[in-house]
Amino acid sequence: MSVTQEMPEQPADERIHNFEEVALGYTEEQAILEAERCLECKKPKCVEGCPVNIDIPGFVSKMKEGNFEEAIGVIKKTNTLPAVCGRVCPQEEQCEKLCILGKKSEPISIGRLERFCADRERESGVKDPVVAEPTGKKVAIVGTGPAGLTAASDLAKAGYSVTMFEALHEAGGVLIYGIPEFRLPKAIVKEEVGYIMKLGAELKVDYVIGRIKTLDQLEDEFDAVFLGTGAGLPKFMGIEGENLNGVYSANEFLTRVNLMKAYRFPEFDTPIKCGSHVIVVGGGNVAMDAARSALRLGADEVSIVYRRSDEELPARREEIEHAKEEGIVFRLLNNPVRILEGENMSINGVECIKMELGEPDESGRRRPVPVEGSEHVIDADIVIIAIGTSPNPIIFDGSKGLEVTPWGTIVVNEAGMTSLEGVCAGGDAVTGAATVISAMGAGKLAAQTIDDHLSK
Amino acid sequence: MAYKIVEKRQLVPDVHLMNIEAPDVAAAAKAGQFIILRIDEEGERIPLTIADYDTDKGFVTIIFQEMGKTTKQLAKMAAGDELQDFVGPLGKASEIEKIGTVVLVGGGVGIAPVYPQARAYREIGNKVISIIGARNEGLLILEDEMKAVSDELLVATDDGSKGHHGFVTDLVKELLDGDEKIDRIVAIGPPIMMRAVAGVTDPYDVETIVSLNPIMVDGTGMCGGCRVNIAGETKFACVDGPEFNAKDVDFNLLMSRLSLYRKEEMDSLENYKKGCGDDCKCQ
Ligand SMILES: Cc1cc2nc3c(=O)[nH]c(=O)nc-3n(C[C@H](O)[C@H](O)[C@H](O)COP(=O)(O)OP(=O)(O)OC[C@H]3O[C@@H](n4cnc5c(N)ncnc54)[C@H](O)[C@@H]3O)c2cc1C
Ligand SMILES: Cc1cc2nc3c(=O)[nH]c(=O)nc-3n(C[C@H](O)[C@H](O)[C@H](O)COP(=O)(O)OP(=O)(O)OC[C@H]3O[C@@H](n4cnc5c(N)ncnc54)[C@H](O)[C@@H]3O)c2cc1C
Ligand code: SF4
Ligand code: SF4
Ligand code: FES
Repeated sequence: MSVTQEMPEQPADERIHNFEEVALGYTEEQAILEAERCLECKKPKCVEGCPVNIDIPGFVSKMKEGNFEEAIGVIKKTNTLPAVCGRVCPQEEQCEKLCILGKKSEPISIGRLERFCADRERESGVKDPVVAEPTGKKVAIVGTGPAGLTAASDLAKAGYSVTMFEALHEAGGVLIYGIPEFRLPKAIVKEEVGYIMKLGAELKVDYVIGRIKTLDQLEDEFDAVFLGTGAGLPKFMGIEGENLNGVYSANEFLTRVNLMKAYRFPEFDTPIKCGSHVIVVGGGNVAMDAARSALRLGADEVSIVYRRSDEELPARREEIEHAKEEGIVFRLLNNPVRILEGENMSINGVECIKMELGEPDESGRRRPVPVEGSEHVIDADIVIIAIGTSPNPIIFDGSKGLEVTPWGTIVVNEAGMTSLEGVCAGGDAVTGAATVISAMGAGKLAAQTIDDHLSK
Repeated sequence: MAYKIVEKRQLVPDVHLMNIEAPDVAAAAKAGQFIILRIDEEGERIPLTIADYDTDKGFVTIIFQEMGKTTKQLAKMAAGDELQDFVGPLGKASEIEKIGTVVLVGGGVGIAPVYPQARAYREIGNKVISIIGARNEGLLILEDEMKAVSDELLVATDDGSKGHHGFVTDLVKELLDGDEKIDRIVAIGPPIMMRAVAGVTDPYDVETIVSLNPIMVDGTGMCGGCRVNIAGETKFACVDGPEFNAKDVDFNLLMSRLSLYRKEEMDSLENYKKGCGDDCKCQ
């Protein structure tokens, strides 16, 4: 059986010195060869694995004919941001996991094919979208991450007058401030946002709902509201030394690098400390992104400190592999207990304790337990904490009657409606930190619900 | 989006006032809150307190001191120029209630954020005693404005060129030792001044509030860069503050964290000066 086409990449020893994209994308020839492997199953399992149910055999068959224009049309019926998803979806957990070919050989590289179609369309110029007759009704979208952008796009296409409000100075949410350029070029996100504006949506950046206006006010001014405010509030560990100079949340580190372009300091004004020995605490995509960014800023050694083992690392496999190739050191089964203080409140290493895996916990993963007496110090001058985030809280200021859980996530029903009529929510603000595609799925559902609600 | 500078004037050397056209911000602004601005695409996001606002005209007033690259670049802008970003109002508003006698202490450019508070306290019927200080008379800002909104105005200069010869803390102590019952003290200025005021008021059991100015990025609780230690707990100054009870604040941590980028700040300024012409006063 044929094996999957490998994606051309920048060599590891080169790419650690730049912020350009690592994976270079298929050539046309490769894309067609890969597409030809697909069996176009009658009951395609892959589609079930995709949270927005893209007609995968449908677009792949168009690719086989070399008809990329129609292929992207099929994808865009259900996915507004294919260039993004093709790059960052955890495909091995979703569409590709269920691909029938994966049983005996390798699954179809669905994400890479999707990326190819989206990139091809962008290069040849995206056609102007068709928009329905104006409905005369107004919808506010709060937050412009993948959830908000998707809801905005669907509602604008359906003829609503859409206004997007974004707290930061640029739209895109995590796609702009979190995921680094070398994994998702910002130009792509900007084009996607531009496309939504072409649909007639208005964008107000620098606009924090809960401060400049409250949700209560938006409810008065608009016929419906969608909340896609994400989960950006960083968690810290609560250990000694966490406020020392040089301890960053992954969010701050990545925001400085991506949104503020600190990697181009002093051409750009925002500084960052890159350090020589960097420790990143955590094992998800966020940790990998922070570690690989620190390496590119010029650190001598960057390590991931994670309390479980390799198998449990929650990051996408591709990112873990890329990080290893680039020389990131994985200090697994290790947990920081204290950050040691050096001169002038700087960092002088991190004391860690070894962990072993015990009985499975509620999540089904084996619970890490500390090995007594195994404390040791790892050299470090910069520490980046990437152990998770919770929902952004500002939106709740002046939102009477909006029901939230004790964890700060917004409560919604199966249609994505909150406890307030006409106010929907979705994405990380509802689920806690999750994925781009699940946020998009929630944006889509909410757009449908709002449309139903307003056409009653 | 762009935000127009509608007025600019120098108050004293290196300290400037600007009125910025930002109607939505002006409509929502309250004393104690701040904005974050970015001059241009390459710019850093810097926080500045809302020194005043005019809801009718849609203006927000900022008063800033030239410190490094961004504030020096801002100082060179003129009425008619535009800022790329101007986000606000951020942070919690001051809790301004009718409590009796309030002492407002402003040091240096810290007089700017104290001004709207003095006015607000006075408007709802408190007795307002203001203490303002600067290194010398020539650096004192907003004296007339402060006088207009205070029942009593005391001035201190380090060199004695105006008012009390010494620090604002001396005047605070005199008031505390005097006959008048003081119900609250609000002190805003350089961290070193706020720490000194906190030290002076500590034995007196008078509520003392300070406004903290850690380094910020987003100002919405998303980065944690602005974290401060308040009574042993980590707080984010941009959403939990910027005002806190002085006796709870770990000032040493604040001051140390403020110095984190000293080297980069110098490099940035050097780099900027290189790009300026010979006649530029920032040289
Ligand atoms: C570093 C990093 C790497 C990741 N890598 C991957 C990956 O490889 N694959 C993957 O699938 N997922 C990844 N994720 C997760 C994914 O990015 C998120 O699940 C997704 O972005 C959530 O989308 P969202 O629209 O719900 O919220 P967000 O993308 O968080 O966007 C929320 C937006 O709302 C704005 N906002 C918040 N409050 C307000 C307010 N009060 N007023 C106005 N605006 C407001 C915020 O500024 C933000 O722009 C990663 C996350 C991070 C941080
Ligand atoms: C809530 C708040 C309100 C403030 N209000 C005022 C005000 O009304 N008027 C005023 O003159 N200043 C105010 N400041 C301070 C002002 O933000 C800094 O002076 C400014 O950021 C300096 O930038 P720079 O590039 O000119 O100087 P730099 O050379 O970058 O720095 C000079 C000093 O300013 C501090 N600083 C640097 N970057 C930041 C940042 N992003 N956020 C906060 N501090 C920083 C550092 O301690 C540094 O030592 C306030 C700060 C905060 C947090
Ligand atoms: S959107 Fe994600 S899950 Fe769906 S087909 Fe594309 S890569 Fe797979
Ligand atoms: S399961 Fe695999 S082979 Fe079948 S249609 Fe989907 S991608 Fe093609
Ligand atoms: S400035 Fe980022 S959390 Fe306060």
